[in-house]
Amino acid sequence: MVKDLSVNLCGIDMVNPVVPASGTFGFGLELADSMDLNKIGGISLKGTTREARYGNESPRIAECPSGMINSVGLQNPGIDVLVEEKAPSLRRIYDNCIIANISGFSIEEYAYNVAKADKCSEIDIIEVNISCPNVHNGGMAFGTSAESAAQVTAAVRKETTKPLFIKLSPNVTDIVSIAKACEAAGADGITLVNTFLGMRIDIKKRKPVIANKMGGFSGNAIFPIAVRMVYQVSHACKIPVMGCGGVSSAEDVIEMMMAGATAVQVGAENLRNPWACPEIVDALPGVMEKLGIDSLKDIIGIIE
Amino acid sequence: MIRKDFYTVVSNVQEAADTFRMVLECPEMPELHAGQFVDIMIDGKYLRRPISVCHAAEGRLTLMYKVVGEGTAVMSGMEPGTKLDIMAPLGNGFNVSACEESALLVGGGLGAAPMYFLAKELLAQGKKVNVVLGFNRAPELVLIEDFRGLGIEPMVATMDGSVGTKGFVTDAIAQNKPEYDIFYTCGPLPMMKALCAFTGIHGQCSLEERMGCGAGFCYGCACHTKSGGKRVCKDGPVFDKEEIIW
Repeated sequence: MVKDLSVNLCGIDMVNPVVPASGTFGFGLELADSMDLNKIGGISLKGTTREARYGNESPRIAECPSGMINSVGLQNPGIDVLVEEKAPSLRRIYDNCIIANISGFSIEEYAYNVAKADKCSEIDIIEVNISCPNVHNGGMAFGTSAESAAQVTAAVRKETTKPLFIKLSPNVTDIVSIAKACEAAGADGITLVNTFLGMRIDIKKRKPVIANKMGGFSGNAIFPIAVRMVYQVSHACKIPVMGCGGVSSAEDVIEMMMAGATAVQVGAENLRNPWACPEIVDALPGVMEKLGIDSLKDIIGIIE
Repeated sequence: MIRKDFYTVVSNVQEAADTFRMVLECPEMPELHAGQFVDIMIDGKYLRRPISVCHAAEGRLTLMYKVVGEGTAVMSGMEPGTKLDIMAPLGNGFNVSACEESALLVGGGLGAAPMYFLAKELLAQGKKVNVVLGFNRAPELVLIEDFRGLGIEPMVATMDGSVGTKGFVTDAIAQNKPEYDIFYTCGPLPMMKALCAFTGIHGQCSLEERMGCGAGFCYGCACHTKSGGKRVCKDGPVFDKEEIIW
């Protein structure tokens, strides 16, 4: 029988739950002539700040076993380019869910950027990345304490009526308390996980591989940790979760959904294989058939 | 349009110190130009390996690579018949039409590989081609016979003086005084920087950086230029000399 891949995320009907994660798919436009974008259920766009940013110095990439480290440092053209050029250009060629990913270095900047994104009719969901360092608080990331995570959430909640997701950093002691603080402060959903802080050293040159020394570790290696965190958060919160971290196959998507994810983001895998998302969408019906699944909605959070 | 296809290894032989020539076949291979690169998936490695194109025509792709790490070490052991997942075409190549009459092609080490492809493209346009190649020592020399096959006698510089001019590529240029209205170069950054300072003539340089996606959407390989931040993989790897901030 025909398999039902559709899911409903905060009232938005998605043709399937597969979403390239922010930072691993540009603004969707870069690959538009190399694939059928409309196979993909949603696209989380490159993280955007108030002003354009160059980001960190190169090298920004390090190879790891079953994964990679990136230290791009939020290179982006700024919020005005996102809402005036990138999102409208993508909408002209893309029918499904457009997710704007918003960053900031102060609460005021987050609020400013979300207010701009809120007025952009092409954007369906706003996803706020709270892994950025707070310049007013010694550079500690907003997402590392429940209190500051809630402060960002409350501030951006005032600026938008669109579905609001908070993307959490996994580099914390208690992910559940942070997720619950975001939920209490008005988040409509949680995306998790962002990358794990990692580091590689070139032992011949006796120096870090990455110019910025440390960066975010992602790829297949983090998948089990991401599944665990998605499971914990989705069972502790009432709001939906977009699962992210090390997903590279249709089987991984199903595992994430069984853990509790309503939608599933594919990150680092896009860098090895830009066609990963449409290939996963194509593979899902066959895998569902083997597993006796008729509708993906039926398996969300089935693990007690 | 970028695509990925399976390419079959036809041959894979060592040609110089740590340096291998791999010839691959793929009937669906897209059109490729000098200065562009391909991205190769290697079993057991996470990211693809970007390798510059030494020659590509009629479904046959030639790559020259040096064993510098684990990925290229795996490549060096590949037998004919091995199938490889390769993404292409990537990057902007050299602008052949920027040459009026005669070009100077300068390759340092394996930077010789794209220069071979470029020499063929320039000759096909009826341009005069001068080639200068720099190596550390004689056992590293590559592609000399290939250039001769095009009717070009490369001027060679070696650091130890074992072949050609002793010293840098700029020493070989100073000694041989080739005439050119544009130069094209690929090789170590210090060599290209010295070359740009040495000549007052316009040129194009192929930059190198650790890459993520190779196709311009991950922003893993940024560089500063006089017109702002650029992606080496997508906006380059070939940049005008005047654009580069060394």
